[in-house]
Amino acid sequence: MYVAVKGGERAISAAHAWLEETRRGDAAVPELTVVQIEQQMGLAVDRVMAEGSCHDRFLAALAIKQAKGDLIEAAFLLRAYRTTLPRFGASEPLDTAAMRLRRRISATYKDLPGGQVLGPTFDYTHRLLDFALAAEGVERAAAPEAPTPVESAPRVTELLAREGLMQREVAEDAEPGDLTRQPLTFPAERPVRLQNLARGDEGFLLALGYSTQRGYGNAHPFVGEIRVGHVTVEFTPPELGFPIELGEIGVTECQMVNQFKGSRTEPPQFTRGYGLVFGHGERRAMAMSLVDRGLRAAELGEDITAPAQNAEFVLYHSDNIEATGFVEHLKLPHYVDFQSELENLRTIRRSAEAAIQEAAE
Amino acid sequence: MTQTATNPDPERRHWMAVLARAGAAEITDLLAPLPALPAFEHLRPPETGLVMVRGRAGGDGAPFNLGEMTVTRCAVRLGEAVGHAYVAGRDKVQAELAALLDAALQDPARRDALMDSVIAPLAARQQAAREAEARRAAATKVDFLAMQTIR
Repeated sequence: MYVAVKGGERAISAAHAWLEETRRGDAAVPELTVVQIEQQMGLAVDRVMAEGSCHDRFLAALAIKQAKGDLIEAAFLLRAYRTTLPRFGASEPLDTAAMRLRRRISATYKDLPGGQVLGPTFDYTHRLLDFALAAEGVERAAAPEAPTPVESAPRVTELLAREGLMQREVAEDAEPGDLTRQPLTFPAERPVRLQNLARGDEGFLLALGYSTQRGYGNAHPFVGEIRVGHVTVEFTPPELGFPIELGEIGVTECQMVNQFKGSRTEPPQFTRGYGLVFGHGERRAMAMSLVDRGLRAAELGEDITAPAQNAEFVLYHSDNIEATGFVEHLKLPHYVDFQSELENLRTIRRSAEAAIQEAAE
Repeated sequence: MTQTATNPDPERRHWMAVLARAGAAEITDLLAPLPALPAFEHLRPPETGLVMVRGRAGGDGAPFNLGEMTVTRCAVRLGEAVGHAYVAGRDKVQAELAALLDAALQDPARRDALMDSVIAPLAARQQAAREAEARRAAATKVDFLAMQTIR
């Protein structure tokens, strides 16, 4: 329990003024613009859009500036802002097979239709600090262009599915549950789980995904495919009655291929874990797909032994806005609460001491 | 223009798609040398809201809610025609211009000129940008020649 406490207004206002000053930093150093953050801190912007569950690059960059680079705080700001906007409706499901690819790799097939396209990746960099970046105004060579542009490519999972070796997805167009409208309930259907994971904390998803690789969940995953690029978003305005294109958004998709020994109803085959996130978020999409596969244990008749297979554990703790709210509320005044604990402890102490005294006498 | 939900005019879908991807400044610049469009009235002034973006499990399975995106919409009346716009982002000027052009383009007397001097150049720019990116991606395509030589 926390009670309203008066008297802190002056201190709070001074604290906020100082916060603002520290956000700005040394006034002799030029101030960052929101567009600079959007352009040059693009992956931070992507993460804030994913965890804030709202695709708007400028708003995410503004939130990062306001939060002094605290990305969870920034996602919180974005989530708070979205509540002020009306909802026009839901888009048509994205067609990721038609993605305009910037990157597309497979760890399962060397030669595949469409090929291995590395795109702008940190992979194969040497992870040595580049001190040239500390110098301003250094001209960088433009990225090369090939004469023939890449085209959209079929999904790797589809190649396996055609052979009957990959479990097909259920393509029912049921209205999916929406966590922004209904609270989480169990058992949680896969669409709700995927929504929860798509906006889950990257660190939490990464650790859980890692745990499935280390033996907590018995996964033997392969990256069937990772694709990064732009997809067209279509929406059907009720007043028009036909779908129109709203524009394009950047997304990252990961198809994680896992072995499945088969069950009474299903033959031995590959199954998939799926990751889809806003922006370029490969680590996040991969972790999401590992955890998605972990959470499919129940539907596939596997033993639930590991944290990443426990839907309540995962889904109740993945949201960093909720988590930070509950953890950080501990620093709010709990004076009355604590006073009663103190009273309680003193009473117990007194009776314990009295008992010892009595025993001694 | 007659159209139904089951039979949308593909040309209209095309110009709406192009306008959704165009910046307000670009559209304004292309409209500048043209005769001014007549006065229009707002049926719905520009308004920013959210559309819930959906994906599919596994890419091709059951739909799920991925997250929201900001979208700005506007509806205008221009003579007989009603123009609509729903565009990604929060640019109200862009949404209003897109709605106005959607209305104007429905008028057969104006359509060809607007298609030629506004929609076609925007579409060409967008296509060029897409192709430049796709060529950049193609430059990063792995060519397993070295592996073949080893074999």
